[in-house]
Amino acid sequence: MAAPEASDSEEEELGVYGTALEPLLEGERIKKPVPLHEQTVKDEKGRYKRFHGAFSGGFSAGYFNTVGSKEGWAPSTFVSSRQKRADKTVLRPEDFMDEEDLGEYGIAPKEIITTDDFASRTKDKRKEKARQIAGAAASIPGATALDDLIAPAKTTIGVELLRKMGWKEGQGIGPRVKRKPRKQKPDPEVKVYGCALPPDGSEGSEDEEDEYQPENVTFAPKDVMPVDLTPKENVHGLGYKGLDPTKALFGASEEHFGLFTDGSEQTSNLLGDLRHYKGRKLGISGQAFGVGALEEEDEDIYATETLSKYDTVLKDEEPGDGLYGWTAPKQYKNKKGMEKEVRYIGKILDGFSLSSKSSAPKKTYLPPDLPRDYRPVHYFRPVITRNQNPLLLQALAESSGKLDSDSTQQSRHTLNASQRRELLGETALKGPSPSVLAYLSEKDQERIKDVKQAAEQQLKTQTLPQQSLNSSSSSSDGAHHKWQIVSGIATPGSSDFKPFAKNPEKQKRYEDYVESLKQERKDAPESCLDPGMTEWERGREREEFFHAAMLYKSSNSVLSSRFIRAKHEDDTDKVEVPRDQENDIDDKESAVKMKMFGKLTRDKFEWHPDKLLCKRFNVPDPYSDSSIVGLPKVKREKYSVFNFLTLPESATTTVTQTTDEKMHLNNNPNKPKKPSRWDVSDKEKKKKDSISEFISLARSKVDIQQQPPEPVADDGRRTNEPLHNKADKESADQKEEEESRPSMDLFKAIFASSSDEKSSSSEEESDEEVHQPTSTVPNPENTKHPNPTDDVQKCLAVTNEPDLLPPLLKEELDKGEEFGPKLPPVSSSNANPKHEPVPLASSLEVCQKEKHKKNKEKHKTKREHKHKKEKVIIT
Amino acid sequence: MAFPEPKPKKPELPKKLLQDLECKQGAVRAVRFNVDGNYCLTCGSDKSLKLWNPHKGTLLKTYSGHGYEVLDAAGSFDNSQLCSCGADKTVVLWDVATGQVIRKFRGHAGKVNCVQFNEEATVILSGSIDSSIRCWDCRSRRPDPIQILDEAKDGVSSLKVSDHEVLSGSVDGRVRRYDLRAGELYSDYIGSPVTSVCFSKDGQCVLAASLDSTLRLLDKDTGELLGEYTGHRNTAYKLDCCLSEDDTHVGSCSEDGKVHFWDLVEGSLTLSLPVGRGVVQSLSFHPSEPCLLTATEGRVQFWREASHAEPVAS
Repeated sequence: MAAPEASDSEEEELGVYGTALEPLLEGERIKKPVPLHEQTVKDEKGRYKRFHGAFSGGFSAGYFNTVGSKEGWAPSTFVSSRQKRADKTVLRPEDFMDEEDLGEYGIAPKEIITTDDFASRTKDKRKEKARQIAGAAASIPGATALDDLIAPAKTTIGVELLRKMGWKEGQGIGPRVKRKPRKQKPDPEVKVYGCALPPDGSEGSEDEEDEYQPENVTFAPKDVMPVDLTPKENVHGLGYKGLDPTKALFGASEEHFGLFTDGSEQTSNLLGDLRHYKGRKLGISGQAFGVGALEEEDEDIYATETLSKYDTVLKDEEPGDGLYGWTAPKQYKNKKGMEKEVRYIGKILDGFSLSSKSSAPKKTYLPPDLPRDYRPVHYFRPVITRNQNPLLLQALAESSGKLDSDSTQQSRHTLNASQRRELLGETALKGPSPSVLAYLSEKDQERIKDVKQAAEQQLKTQTLPQQSLNSSSSSSDGAHHKWQIVSGIATPGSSDFKPFAKNPEKQKRYEDYVESLKQERKDAPESCLDPGMTEWERGREREEFFHAAMLYKSSNSVLSSRFIRAKHEDDTDKVEVPRDQENDIDDKESAVKMKMFGKLTRDKFEWHPDKLLCKRFNVPDPYSDSSIVGLPKVKREKYSVFNFLTLPESATTTVTQTTDEKMHLNNNPNKPKKPSRWDVSDKEKKKKDSISEFISLARSKVDIQQQPPEPVADDGRRTNEPLHNKADKESADQKEEEESRPSMDLFKAIFASSSDEKSSSSEEESDEEVHQPTSTVPNPENTKHPNPTDDVQKCLAVTNEPDLLPPLLKEELDKGEEFGPKLPPVSSSNANPKHEPVPLASSLEVCQKEKHKKNKEKHKTKREHKHKKEKVIIT
Repeated sequence: MAFPEPKPKKPELPKKLLQDLECKQGAVRAVRFNVDGNYCLTCGSDKSLKLWNPHKGTLLKTYSGHGYEVLDAAGSFDNSQLCSCGADKTVVLWDVATGQVIRKFRGHAGKVNCVQFNEEATVILSGSIDSSIRCWDCRSRRPDPIQILDEAKDGVSSLKVSDHEVLSGSVDGRVRRYDLRAGELYSDYIGSPVTSVCFSKDGQCVLAASLDSTLRLLDKDTGELLGEYTGHRNTAYKLDCCLSEDDTHVGSCSEDGKVHFWDLVEGSLTLSLPVGRGVVQSLSFHPSEPCLLTATEGRVQFWREASHAEPVAS
């Protein structure tokens, strides 16, 4: 619109609206516009839009006046085979509809719409406005009101739910509150027309009236009046709304039709007042409607206004009713009680009240007076950090002359924590030395030193010629600066850094050196060097010490920042063993003897099942917050066999203990002998399978015996291969062996040092060794067949079922790893039953003995059986 | 018109031999009823596991896949799966219908003596002579056990699982009960190597057979001795014990070729069933009826009460 004016001045400032016309080609004639009557309407498919209506009176029902396609309904071929059944198609109305019908304005719009049930009760603003306009424009104003009348009484789900919960229209939502019944605000639906009367101060006084307040009566919370934030789109005056015919017609005239309806409480409460004395009013009322005949009084319907109600000057104070800048006529509150509300307009939280006293004003302090010659310019001093090159440091120090030898005057930024601590006079933290080298094992430290020294040695030989030339000169003047630098570096903690530990004298000199640095004695470095050394050596050592001090410093600060001390020491010497051990078996043994089962024989442990196991068993995890699985473990000193021995005393049994034990034994001769665990029937045979029994036995018998003991039962797997060369170790006298056991010390000597298990298990191996030849040979007498003496048996087994034999043989070979109660013998079902009956009993016995012998748990009985077996074999 | 309640029938014990199955799988190491007692499993020393209908005496299926003797087997609650264990140190999960191996759990260091499903067949528990009980997960594909219960000091000879407990008998002479719900382990010292343990049907008692030829009935909660049953011979072999279907009697195999039954309360020997000449190595009592399966040498016998009427003589 403003284009013609602007175009001649500057084109850049043109505001362009709309689509530009295509630029005309040269020589092209300007197209004639198509006259209106020749213009046609086409749809998006290029079809002429004709007025045909299938469902919605759309433009193109079907295909150009037909249906479906060009050919009309195309019959769909019906194919159904055995493999592929034709599926039944259910035709829905949509199948007969056109796209337009499914569009936004069709009868079956395919878009997500809120159904009436879930629609919010607040009216659609657009619709309402449209209706209002319609109502205003209609020949009979308010005719649309009939629509409201006929509208089905449909409540939304939300409202229904609320009602079920006890809500009533007009109430607010929320828990009931105990308060004075307030006059209900006018329903938000109720529009107020006409000019609002200015609020007067009567409101506050009315509130203060002491009304009768029944106790334990609660009230629904106030309904919240939503703030209307509709943008003003019309050209009416501010806040004007046309007359709502619905309100005008139907008795809603009880309310005052205020022109200015805002959400503020003040105005609405005001209206309540008004309503109060106005009484019931019928008919249309409002601005310019005048007073009807039924009105009793000529009210201030015309809302005479005086200029005095408006602001003439801008006041610093906000009016206090939240209507800042609102041009509605109003009266400012001048009541004293209103004062507080003036200050604070926000919502006051429950349980809080505005304070009557205003807080003291903030005290302000004047800025200090500046000296006259103050220039507000800041010079930055060069910050020297220790990480920098010492040479640079040195250069800086020399150039500036500022960096004195006084290291305490360094910038506070260059201090490290320990220096600051010193300055502040705090005590040092009691912690481990922060040097990583300290954590290294001695061996490693040694190695590092070796490497370092070797390198130094190499360096020495290389640089010998040059160094000898300039060492004296450099040492004299350079040393001064050097120790300056180092003095700030070597901290008291450096004592645990021993770079020259290999050479104690040198280390001593180095410590002196560091010490002197700390004490800042100028001659110190020189004095602590070995006077017996040559000049060059001294210079060399000085260099070394200097570097060592530097190295210590850097490694200290850099490395210690990278590493943290381990929370738990991981010592490989320790082993985890269950915290609770099943305690001494002796008591239990006697309890079992006396048949006193119960508390005496029972051990109860805390046991942590795996989480997953609990889940699989559908059982809540009893220790849901612990990560332990199984029995709680504790760490024991060292990995040794003795950790697994259940000893009431400490594992280190001394000779005195054993003698005591022996005496005890002697004193109680009627003490039952260690009962046999395996076969109770023959008591004379000792049983040694339980470790504790074994150990206690061992303790009771001090007699030294060369018979090595049996290994603990805990290490479930044992070597099966016999050691033939150990056979001679077996002592000849078996009976004596049964009576006497070696002392504990011998066991310890054997176990603690034995790296090969074989030596410990030699006994039963030797035992086995005797037995082995017989077992390796598929001798039917040794097999577990119930009739081993029968030679026919073997032949039968081979001939009748040859595939059965190999496993049997294999089993024989494997017998060595059998523990616990044996399985009954394989009685081959194919074995001829005729052979079975006769020798069954005796063969069984043999069998059992055989098995006994093979069982390592019972080496005693084994031995016994072996003899028997041999006899049997011989016989 | 109120009839008097019929007198409760006197509990009967299986005395009548109905079937004698020739299993043809070497020695029968164990015989086990399935969960409802309609079928049974026999574990053979020829590496095979067989499924039978003992009532009819028919062989239903043979499961082969073990590398060595099968020592124990159990069926799942829904009869869809079997688990077995053997001297090849493995625990095998089978599909009943197809006879295929579903999983093979390796990890035991020695022969696996006993195996049990948990109640929902989600976990297999196996006890081995390596003195550990391993809990294998059937749900996940993880090859290692959920948990290893290695509290035993010697081989685990017998194992039973209830809804929240694992009962194990070990050669170290202890009966251990792991209570998952309470998170506790109760260890009862028996003194003699335990060969077989079982829960009573009411879940209050524990029966333990040991190599001193004694059965002991212990109170589960306190560990007190409720009864002691002797008379049979069990000094060398791992023999089974059982309780009758209504907890009235206690039964045990014996090495003298018999099966002995004692009155649970009185402790008196009520029945001595001559089964065979060899050692009766395994037995299984029907879960709800007075039926008994015994295994001796290569045969399995099916016993019923004397009053049992045979349905149809086939």
